[in-house]
Amino acid sequence: MRAIAIKMLFGDSAKFYGILLGLAFATLLIAQQSSIFVGLMSRTYALIEETPQADLWVTDPTMLFVDDTKPMQVTALQRVRSVEGVEWAVPLFKGLLVAKLPSGSRQLCDVVGVDDSSLIGVPARIIEGDTSALRRPDTVIIETRGARGRLAQPADPGDPAAGRRPIRIGEELELNERRAVIGAIAETKPTFQAVPTIYTTYSRAISFAPANRRTLSMILVKAGPGEDIAALRERIERETELAVYTPRDFAWKTIDYWMKQTGIPINFGIAIGLGFLVGVAIAGQMFYNFTLDNLRYFGAMKAMGAGTGQLLGLVALQGLVAGALGLGLGLGVTAMVGLSIPQDRLAFKMTWHIPVIAAGAVLFIVVASSLFSMRRVVKLDPAEVFQG
Amino acid sequence: MTGHGTSVSAHGVTKTFGTGDSAVRALRGVDLDIRFGEMMALVGPSGCGKTTLISIIAGLLSRDGGDLHVLGEDTGGMSQRQRTAWRGRNVGFIFQQFNLIPQVSIAENVAVPLLLRGHPRSDAIDRAAHLLSEVGLHGRESSRPTKLSGGQQQRVAIARALVGEPRLLVCDEPTSALDGATGQMVMGLIRRMASAPDRVVLLVTHDERIYHFADRIAHVEDGRITHVSTPAEALAQAAIAAGDPPPPSVAPPRSEA
Repeated sequence: MRAIAIKMLFGDSAKFYGILLGLAFATLLIAQQSSIFVGLMSRTYALIEETPQADLWVTDPTMLFVDDTKPMQVTALQRVRSVEGVEWAVPLFKGLLVAKLPSGSRQLCDVVGVDDSSLIGVPARIIEGDTSALRRPDTVIIETRGARGRLAQPADPGDPAAGRRPIRIGEELELNERRAVIGAIAETKPTFQAVPTIYTTYSRAISFAPANRRTLSMILVKAGPGEDIAALRERIERETELAVYTPRDFAWKTIDYWMKQTGIPINFGIAIGLGFLVGVAIAGQMFYNFTLDNLRYFGAMKAMGAGTGQLLGLVALQGLVAGALGLGLGLGVTAMVGLSIPQDRLAFKMTWHIPVIAAGAVLFIVVASSLFSMRRVVKLDPAEVFQG
Repeated sequence: MTGHGTSVSAHGVTKTFGTGDSAVRALRGVDLDIRFGEMMALVGPSGCGKTTLISIIAGLLSRDGGDLHVLGEDTGGMSQRQRTAWRGRNVGFIFQQFNLIPQVSIAENVAVPLLLRGHPRSDAIDRAAHLLSEVGLHGRESSRPTKLSGGQQQRVAIARALVGEPRLLVCDEPTSALDGATGQMVMGLIRRMASAPDRVVLLVTHDERIYHFADRIAHVEDGRITHVSTPAEALAQAAIAAGDPPPPSVAPPRSEA
């Protein structure tokens, strides 16, 4: 009977495609909006992902998220280094500075200053030049999106119609009236703030920044071999009274800030909720109508000896098949959209949770509409088949 | 082709729908005996209780009172689940509107009763094809019901009703959706294929033109069987009621319940 139930579903092509498209559209909205939400949220902690060498991040206790830099006194670095179990601890500067470009225009940039000697914190993927460029005076590394985008220069200064070209190695910027020479170009993950990121050494970054007694944004810590990370974290917190996070906890703290302090989750939640409602309204209603249309055949089957459980099984099978196909189609289209648009333009990250959530939503829609349909099948009086 | 023994034995069967002022007494004490091998037609005006009676006999409805034994069993004492299984084993149905599933082939439609009973699909389809061949639809097994004429669809319905080899065949107005000639052909087919010494055929109809296919005619009125007649007697009675002179050879109807 399973084959007949599935043929009944596929055979009513108008309703079948209606159910399929309704479920696929609901899946598309749920999965696509969720993927963009996750993509945006993952951009908020891009710096943490770009610095995999650190086991722990030490910050001022009042810091709320990774971009919310609350500078500490430089002595904090020595205090952290003195904690037992710390293999190394290096400083990190992070701050927004205005860069004056060769064309004379100004652009807000995110400046990251890494440890002068180890250069821990410099992006791993250098696509032009070399990390060692930072050993030369006044040198900085910029990332490709910034080079092609907001830091791009007029292709022909005398001809505005000639367009713009990426800024190049060797060209100079001014950061807070100080010369900075581009020494290398790196590929990095997009950030939430979407301003160009400039990497340089810690001491050089401090010289670019306005004078301040406190200059240490964060401290990156590597645990000694065999050291228990959780125990070390507690020890640093206890001995320095600073906040200490694992990369994962720091990323979640950052996500938590954006989730709670901005309207982003609500906006995406509305879009996802609409997708769900579309699924319920279109696919659920169509599936219910499909069952109603077939009620007389179910009634005939009941007269011919089909048990209620047997018929419910057929309705459930029809719902699950429609749900699986709609889910597959919706996820396929979502993935195609995500893969076809460059990451620079679309923050898209489909983690394994998203298909699972979309499947759960589709399952709910299918089960809810099946239950409504099943109610009619359960209440169906087989004697009704004689009513003409 | 009349066999031995009573297949349906009803005495004082009652059925009421609803309660209080809105209660409708559909059956007010039906007495009826049908023998194996017989084709019994139930006739009467709309709302007289024919459909309720065949629904109770076929195990689709439970009775409120009286005694009823069908194929030697009292279905009134069965649970819903037991009655469903009993129907699956013993009863074949031919509906007024055919009720063929339009999205599947006619062979699959015919196979439905067997598939519901858990028969392997290939066996069920083979038996369905054999039955379709017997009703004159050989070579059309993979056709959809919507591609067939009304008469052909009812032939498929006959094959479906008989594929499970039921001992009780219930036909509800089997010719009402067909033209006269097709109705005669369909009834001829039912008569030919369904008649067996161990089977009983129960036919509900308004169509006087098919009375002659039945062995006996039970006249239902106001929830009771007023009398049982031969087809010739029933036709004479119908002619008198219509104001036409009765055929001279027709005897007056018997008063039998």
